Amino acid sequence: MSWAFLRDLLSGVNKYSTGIGRIWVAVVFIFRLLVYIVVAENIWKYEHDEFECNIKQPGCENVCFDHFFPISHIRLWALQLIMVSTPSLLVVFHVAYREKHHNQKLYKSPGQIDGGLLCTYLISLILKTVFEIVFLFLFYKLYNGFEIPRLVKCDMRPCPNTVDCYISKPTEKMIFLYFLVATSCLCIVLNLTELSYLVFKYSIKCYRKRYVKRHH
Amino acid sequence: MDWGALHTILGGVNKHSTSIGKIWLTVLFIFRIMILVVAAERVWGDEQQDFVCNTLQPGCRNVCYDHFFPISHIRLWALQLIFVSTPALLVAMHVAYRRHEKKRQFRKGDQKCEYKDIEEIRKQRFRIEGSLWWTYTSSIFFRLVFEAVFMYAFYFMYDGFRMPRLMKCNAWPCPNTVDCFVSRPTEKTVFTIFMIAVSSICILLNVAELCYLLTKFFLRRSKKAGNPKHHPNHENKEESKQNEMNELISDSCQNTVIGFSS
Repeated sequence: MSWAFLRDLLSGVNKYSTGIGRIWVAVVFIFRLLVYIVVAENIWKYEHDEFECNIKQPGCENVCFDHFFPISHIRLWALQLIMVSTPSLLVVFHVAYREKHHNQKLYKSPGQIDGGLLCTYLISLILKTVFEIVFLFLFYKLYNGFEIPRLVKCDMRPCPNTVDCYISKPTEKMIFLYFLVATSCLCIVLNLTELSYLVFKYSIKCYRKRYVKRHH
Repeated sequence: MDWGALHTILGGVNKHSTSIGKIWLTVLFIFRIMILVVAAERVWGDEQQDFVCNTLQPGCRNVCYDHFFPISHIRLWALQLIFVSTPALLVAMHVAYRRHEKKRQFRKGDQKCEYKDIEEIRKQRFRIEGSLWWTYTSSIFFRLVFEAVFMYAFYFMYDGFRMPRLMKCNAWPCPNTVDCFVSRPTEKTVFTIFMIAVSSICILLNVAELCYLLTKFFLRRSKKAGNPKHHPNHENKEESKQNEMNELISDSCQNTVIGFSS
């Protein structure tokens, strides 16, 4: 079980997505998942070992690290990727359920999204956007903005007084944190664009049908 | 999800590239991505652990390392490779859109459509002309821009392409100017120069491809203006033969790369 599972899942969703949905999948694959696995994981790999405090008191470093990083950036990033990709499962389940029910292949092309699947698709878009915003807010609240300082001052027990603790590679971590925020915002924009496009398209369709009916 | 997945995604674009584009893709995968994964990552693997400063002051080493390496070489290269590979996706999306349109026409039962079934549409290779020419040319242009930007960023951040053995650091909390020693500086310099050289080769290939496309475009235009009756069937036969040969060469190269990466 690894990221390949997520990749296969998203590839499956691609079949029933609109054009903007496919761009979203490409952005998630390449600018978020690939960058996470190939680049970001290595930066945070030894973060605990390289976290250094100006003190010899045993346990002080551990306690300070735990105080400043309740959950590591990289783990929060991984959780965000998983949660943001999961609403697409709703669409896959819906299609599988309908196809089992009717015992045949439906939805041969992405233009054929009907009422039920459209609702599921819109709900998945809304959920994706909500999760993105929630995680961005969590990042902001947990780490006081998106900054990673070089030096943090810690006075938790058993540290005997206020000690200086130094975070490793703070600039590199900050650069990739900003990269994460930028791609997150891009994904939010794509989701909102797709949502408005679908709502607009189908309301025009509905309006036309009603107008044609009345005319006849 | 790793570089192999990127290779799968870009492999599809290979079919619709020119010969120079296929050479570029092969150089990218063999001389850049593979070298990065197989060799360069090991060289930079222990970079902070073995970065040693001549002081016992806790925190001085961390701060000096952060000061001299705001973003590590290896990370910058990985980002460069990701950004440089991405414009090819524009072409893939355009081709997918065209295929989708053709499938729609085929399903509607359009009499103009000359395909026997959907499989033929899926396997068809589009010629680089019309709007696809513009997409393809813009993707090459963006590739060039990204390559140049990253090379400049490298040069600017690290004052040239050499990795010095010794760096002098006086950032707080270091008590005075301390000597800090980088691990494996010569090996790192060798790999940096290698990556820069291959980057330059890729830039040259992209420029050559751009010139080739522009030349082809202007020649086609002058042919149309000068000779309204031309024989498309004969041209198609010659080109499709060349394309088959190119595909065979690129497929065998790709199989070698897949064998390595798995």
